[in-house]
Amino acid sequence: MSELPGDLLYTSEHEWLRQEEDGSVTVGITDYAQAALGDLVYIELPETGAEVEEGGEMAVVESVKAASDVYAPVSGTVIEVNAALADDPEKINTDPYGEGWIVRLQPEGDSGDTMDPDAYQEFLDQLEG
Amino acid sequence: MTDQVFAKMREPLIFEKSRAGRRAAAQAPDGAADTGIPEQFRRADRPLLPEVSELQVVRHFTRLSQMNFSIDTHFYPLGSCTMKYNPRACNALAMLPGFLNRHPLGPVEHGQGFLACMFELQEMLKAVTGMRAVSLTPMAGAQGELAGVAMIRAYHVARGEEHRNEVIVPDAAHGTNPATATMCGCVVRELATGSDGDVDIEALKQAVGPNTAGIMLTNPSTLGVFERHIKEIAEIVHGAGGLLYYDGANLNAILGKVRPGDMEFDVIHMNLHKTFSTPHGGGGPGSGAVGVGKRLLPFLPIPVVAQEERDGVARYRWLAEDDLPQSIGRLSGFMGNAGVLLRAYVYMRMLGHDGMRRVAEFATLNANYLMAQLARQGFTLAFPERRASHEFIVTLKREARTLNVTAMDLAKALLDHGFHAPTTYFPLLVPECLLIEPTETETREILDRFVDAMVAIAEQAKTDSERLKGAPYTMPVRRLDDVKAARNLDLAYKPV
Amino acid sequence: MPFIPHTEDDVAEMLAAIGVPDIDALFDEIPKDLLVENLDGIPEGLNEMQVARLMRARAAQDSGALCFIGAGAYEHHIPAAVWEIATRGEFYSAYTPYQAEASQGTLQTIYEYQSMIAALTGLDVSNASLYDGASALAEAALMAVRANRGSKSTRLLLASGVNPRYEQVANAIAGNQGLVFERLAYDAKRGTTDPAALDDAGEPPVALVIQQPGFPGTLEDVDRLTDWAHGQGALVIAVVNPTSLAILEPPGAWGEAGADVACGEGQPLGIPLSSGGPYFGFMAAKQQHVRQMPGRIVGRTTDLDGAQGYTLTLQAREQHIRRSKATSNICTNQGLMVTAATIYMSLLGYDGLRAVAEESVARTRELAAMLAAIDGVDPLFDGPHFHEVALRLDRPVAPVLAALAERGILGGLDISREYPEHSLLVCATETKMPTDLAAYAGALAEIMKERA
Repeated sequence: MSELPGDLLYTSEHEWLRQEEDGSVTVGITDYAQAALGDLVYIELPETGAEVEEGGEMAVVESVKAASDVYAPVSGTVIEVNAALADDPEKINTDPYGEGWIVRLQPEGDSGDTMDPDAYQEFLDQLEG
Repeated sequence: MTDQVFAKMREPLIFEKSRAGRRAAAQAPDGAADTGIPEQFRRADRPLLPEVSELQVVRHFTRLSQMNFSIDTHFYPLGSCTMKYNPRACNALAMLPGFLNRHPLGPVEHGQGFLACMFELQEMLKAVTGMRAVSLTPMAGAQGELAGVAMIRAYHVARGEEHRNEVIVPDAAHGTNPATATMCGCVVRELATGSDGDVDIEALKQAVGPNTAGIMLTNPSTLGVFERHIKEIAEIVHGAGGLLYYDGANLNAILGKVRPGDMEFDVIHMNLHKTFSTPHGGGGPGSGAVGVGKRLLPFLPIPVVAQEERDGVARYRWLAEDDLPQSIGRLSGFMGNAGVLLRAYVYMRMLGHDGMRRVAEFATLNANYLMAQLARQGFTLAFPERRASHEFIVTLKREARTLNVTAMDLAKALLDHGFHAPTTYFPLLVPECLLIEPTETETREILDRFVDAMVAIAEQAKTDSERLKGAPYTMPVRRLDDVKAARNLDLAYKPV
Repeated sequence: MPFIPHTEDDVAEMLAAIGVPDIDALFDEIPKDLLVENLDGIPEGLNEMQVARLMRARAAQDSGALCFIGAGAYEHHIPAAVWEIATRGEFYSAYTPYQAEASQGTLQTIYEYQSMIAALTGLDVSNASLYDGASALAEAALMAVRANRGSKSTRLLLASGVNPRYEQVANAIAGNQGLVFERLAYDAKRGTTDPAALDDAGEPPVALVIQQPGFPGTLEDVDRLTDWAHGQGALVIAVVNPTSLAILEPPGAWGEAGADVACGEGQPLGIPLSSGGPYFGFMAAKQQHVRQMPGRIVGRTTDLDGAQGYTLTLQAREQHIRRSKATSNICTNQGLMVTAATIYMSLLGYDGLRAVAEESVARTRELAAMLAAIDGVDPLFDGPHFHEVALRLDRPVAPVLAALAERGILGGLDISREYPEHSLLVCATETKMPTDLAAYAGALAEIMKERA
């Protein structure tokens, strides 16, 4: 298991989010999630401008053996999607916290229910148990 | 397996054998007749179909057939699929010209022979399942499921309880169950399975309520064990106003021994391509006849065959919209997979009532024998304390951890030993699982040889797991790159 | 014990290995009161000779009629090689190609089939088939709703020529998810969609379904309808007869942009009439919609050694992975029928299929002319047709058909419920010889005279 970046927050559905300086939030899926799914072959991205609700389905990632919804960790508006993933979904496998980012959201209201890196690590350890 | 080099069988695409101007001339009329169809409606291009001789076609597809495993050539213990022998008589008799040439919209006066078979098939299926009526029209198990859940919905709507839209599905269920519920406009509530493989009764009590439409159950379950609390489950669900759906995937396990109707199920679908031995055909056609209890009688999909007496002679006719105005409607352009139904009819007539009981008895005998022999050889059973039904689960969770060998590796290695692999990674609840269903038509010698192969592979896992992970070696191809197939879609031939 | 190979010794030794005294003990987890005592209603077993005698007698009861019914199922010559090969045990008794390495025969056959369907329809991709033509339309409708993300509508318009049975089936299957089907009126003179009906079609639908040739055999102006639908932001679903695609414009070429999805009944491609099934439904689409397609799809890839091979792909759309969010609950395709159809298309090739189509149209024209020459029989519609034509009698159709049937002629389908009273739909294919046409015309002339 690789190191968890310390500047990110995590959800129990294995999304990560990063608070950007302009108030927006960048979202992706964790290294644990990409490893569990296996080689990704397709991603269904939301449209820019779409409204998402915390806990609602926001994108779908597919490997040859699984398909998984990506849930919005906070409510808000999609202001940018990582269009490069349409041709290269494997970027999520190779660089989940970097080039494999999925969407950028403009959050509305309170930030959602998230964990800091230590809490997420503990959560993962329990799952592995 | 040794490092013997095998001559791999390969066959080019039929398009690659094509030469402009070549024709299998005996097969079509001369053409060039005047159609009177104006230019604006006509095709401008020449679609890419092969131009080959009859011998080329025969040789090509004969060679392709030889690149398949099948029941006729290999032991095929694919769990949940009931790959039993498909008697040749069933095929030969369903393909008599009188049956093959009958138009589906032909008058019933020109179909009394066919309709008599269909009526008697309905009656036999009623008798062996304990249901009140049967419709033969669903064209596959999944369509039978659709019919069943649609009938449950129609029942609630007819009673003014349109809000009942929750379908309870055990977490061990086949994926078609939740997919079907969605197709019927329902929402799915997953139900936990207890550690003994039975439904968690307390969880069920929590799950039912005023919005419950019904529950979908397979019994024996996909875990290969008989659901012992079935009567209690029926009471709880009926008590909450819901109905019980029986997924007939595992009917072979109880055929002639226990009837879904006696277990209080309101609706069932039967997979005739499993239990009643019609061919799987490389993935279809199936046939998913449905049976109903008294609550759902008015909602049966149409058409259904009825028998009437006229001048002391039995006559048969279709029941359709006018006869069953509350029907959920038509699911196929005509009446379903008639030719498959004829095969099932012949099979049932050959078995008779005694033969039918023996199906469940010997399917169960073979499964329990194979399970005992594999356990004796050190394989881990998913439910060692339970009796197997017609199938059982071996889990390689331990081997995956200690030897880095997966269920997939073992499955591929079995191909090199001349056996089709069991079902792998289903049910999803059991890690690294193999769902093994030998069926009643296999000899004890085959089962023993299968155990020998499993032992040999387990041995290889310890001594040479790298070689094992490269299996299969003797098939026309080695392991295929599924990721490449999905990323770089190549779904149709295009000339270079 | 039919098909059960166990000897008494086998049973004894196997029970001993399990550690139970008898077979009944294997059912000891089942509550006793659920075990059935007898199977009243199931007769005694028959041996193969007895059951063969029974089935031959039953088949003979249904034999011998000269059939001029079409309406979605068509009698064509099926080359002997088609079913000789398709019923080889290696095709007949194989299952879905889950173990790709041991199923290359089935997989390559499906890939070749997909290639041929894509070519015939003029579209990019085909799936591995669906149950039948009618249910394929239901699946195409659900697919169009998924694919047309820009539309909020769940209403589909049906051009007037859509087979009424297909509409019933689409309602029964897709109606559960709230899809609504509305049929456009037909032009009384030509029997095709009334252009005025388009003006009154209301809010833009999610898709327009166009059947070509239409149910009464007529030919729609598919280019105009396609462009109209696309102008509304609707997708176009083509319902087509595969034989007709040898001579008619393929869906991929309809209008400016082509139809988005094509589906239809595959039975004319080498599948016997067989009282309605098993047949197969085909479905093809533009590349951009491939992930919204239901059912199995085979792709070409490479193996560990770099050699070409075939495998099921895009399985994450399917029920066994996606469960309640799958594109459909469908599991199988109609594998064996697809095998037969691929052999049929290979044997005929484009020239052969075109000859079948042209001969069939020509036979129907001849028949229509002979029948329309009889007093009290007239063509119902003007304009070109494929291998079916609607006629209008001067009296109820049912008694006339019954009188023909008594003479061993199945004279067509009474369509008076969907079209004006006394309407009859007749079909002739390449299988009908001039003597067959003469027999029909002669019998009808007599009946019309007798009962005038």
